[in-house]
Amino acid sequence: MTVVTALDAASLRSGSRARRGDAVFQGLARAAGALVFAILGAIALFLVIKAIPSLRGDKASFFTSQAWGNVSGTHEFGIAALAFGTIVTSALALVMAVPVAIGVAIYITEYAPRRISTILGYATDLLASVPSVVYGLWGFVFFIHHTIGVQSFLAKYFGWIPIFRHPNAEVDVISKSIFNASIVLAIMVLPIVAAVCREVFRQVDPAEKEAALALGATKWEMIRTSVLPTSKPGIISAVMLGLGRALGETIAVALIIGNVSTISGHILLPGGNTIAANIANQFGESDDFGRSALIASGLVLFVLTLAVNLIARWVILRSGKEERSAV
Amino acid sequence: MSSVTATSALRGASLRGATLPRWAPAATIVGSAAFCLLLFAITPLRGTADYIAVAVLVTLVAITGLSWAVEGRRKAVDRIATSGTLLALLLTLLPLGFVIGYVTDRGAKRFSGHFLTSSMSGVGPLDAGGGISQAIIGTLEQVLIASVIAVPLGLMVAIYITEYGGSRFSNAVRFLIDVMTGIPSIVAGLFVLAFWLIELGHGFSGLAGALALSILELPIVVRTSEQMIQLVPNALREASYALGIPKWRTIMRVVLPTASTGIVTGIMLAIARVIGETAPVLLVIGNNNFVNSNAFHGAQASIGVFIYQGALSSSNFDVDRAWAAALTLILIVLVLYIAARLLTRRSKLGGR
Repeated sequence: MTVVTALDAASLRSGSRARRGDAVFQGLARAAGALVFAILGAIALFLVIKAIPSLRGDKASFFTSQAWGNVSGTHEFGIAALAFGTIVTSALALVMAVPVAIGVAIYITEYAPRRISTILGYATDLLASVPSVVYGLWGFVFFIHHTIGVQSFLAKYFGWIPIFRHPNAEVDVISKSIFNASIVLAIMVLPIVAAVCREVFRQVDPAEKEAALALGATKWEMIRTSVLPTSKPGIISAVMLGLGRALGETIAVALIIGNVSTISGHILLPGGNTIAANIANQFGESDDFGRSALIASGLVLFVLTLAVNLIARWVILRSGKEERSAV
Repeated sequence: MSSVTATSALRGASLRGATLPRWAPAATIVGSAAFCLLLFAITPLRGTADYIAVAVLVTLVAITGLSWAVEGRRKAVDRIATSGTLLALLLTLLPLGFVIGYVTDRGAKRFSGHFLTSSMSGVGPLDAGGGISQAIIGTLEQVLIASVIAVPLGLMVAIYITEYGGSRFSNAVRFLIDVMTGIPSIVAGLFVLAFWLIELGHGFSGLAGALALSILELPIVVRTSEQMIQLVPNALREASYALGIPKWRTIMRVVLPTASTGIVTGIMLAIARVIGETAPVLLVIGNNNFVNSNAFHGAQASIGVFIYQGALSSSNFDVDRAWAAALTLILIVLVLYIAARLLTRRSKLGGR
């Protein structure tokens, strides 16, 4: 069909018309690209503009104050406790999720038989597509009721480590704590990190793996000497991607964390709050000033995730390899 | 592995070290499980979860010790790695089973045709009835509008990056799309709040929610389409050019149709990703209890927000409704996901 049109003498002669079509189309494509610039620029711009009124009227110091109570009434707020909670929950989630994610990715790419590996890949991807509000509901109604044993164990035997210290040396009530929020975050981040790691491991040159095996290496020695070293930049960017996700996770954390804006390193005790969770929890009761304050906190989150993203891209660029995953 | 067997076949079995029989791991698991049953019977250790944890630990130690004694250190380390990664897999699938199982169990209590077709209009927190038709209509409209915005735009951006790529500007666009993937969903919501609601003065509406969702959907559409377009063999493009067909028609008539299955898959996965997004729409749609099918005017409901509000409620009826809504949401996501995967199998390009 297209062939006929092309061979049509008229279209061969009207080359200028074709060129005009090309120019228009390219213009459209470039405009779409430019719009991406515009959207990102607008996001940064409007967050800054709408944050300014509250930052001007803030009676506390924005960067050092821990207060974030009734902002609309007191006009007093600071990001310190929220930023602390955001970073701590995300870091703990990564500590738990990354080793498991790398393990799963290794199992799926190196150990599992081919057919099973495809199915397992789907299953972990499915885990990534369960909406965060469902994790939140599950965590809030089911999960936090079943971690009392683990928390008691930690408090009893590892209470000498400051973060696990608990006044009763045993956790006897359900706690909306940083600990619980981190575990649910870890469950949510895990499939994302695993998916990227899987892609990365799959791209390792088979010749390198075969060389290791030919030298008599066991499977694990092959993975340790040829798969992991070449995948290092990819793993780092996967971790950064997971970190970005964890930092910005909102609804699940909002339902599980204590929603108390103070800095406390005791992760088993009820308490803790994150920037994103605070926005979801406070939004309903905020007036114009309160909303502006929440936008200011969102701006901090935006900058934080942007920084994490840029570091991840930089790591990939430096390794000289282009690895773009689907996640 | 194969090289080892080859040499041993040549030189006789003496070169090959002692190995555990193939049934050894299974036997160790059974043995450890039995040992732990005994252990739990005679010691004060109790509880199913504790039993599983202890049994896993004992199995790990047993298989490693056995392998170390018979096969030597290197093989033992290999066994640790094998069991460790398998354990990681189980740890990953466990929550998936828990979440889906629990949501199905709790959600089935209220899930029914009536639940899907009636609204919460006139239903108080202490009433048992009600449904989520208002939320389903809201979510579907918001996602539809978001896709109407994000899909054509995303496709054009993907075409620009792949077919007109190479310039500094297109590299920058590509980089920014990567950055956009990392934007937290709540920030997208805050942006629409700051721009659409506060700056331009519009009220709560489904459209505002759709705008926020489109920001999240755009980079996903761009990345998947980009990958699919790149898979189209250059020979097809060149054949088209050789026939004198202009570039834009080549893209529209040759490149896009060839990549279409993959692109549609990508779009479905993108929709599956944003349909449950709650944080951004929570800030801008206003939420209500009755059906408002006009996404452009007035507050609208959303399934995600419905679940969130239900979870926070002190009424058990609200919590039950939240579970049923969660089941609905998971079913929608599952259908989208499976349909997308089935479509991938039909792709002409192989792809992912």
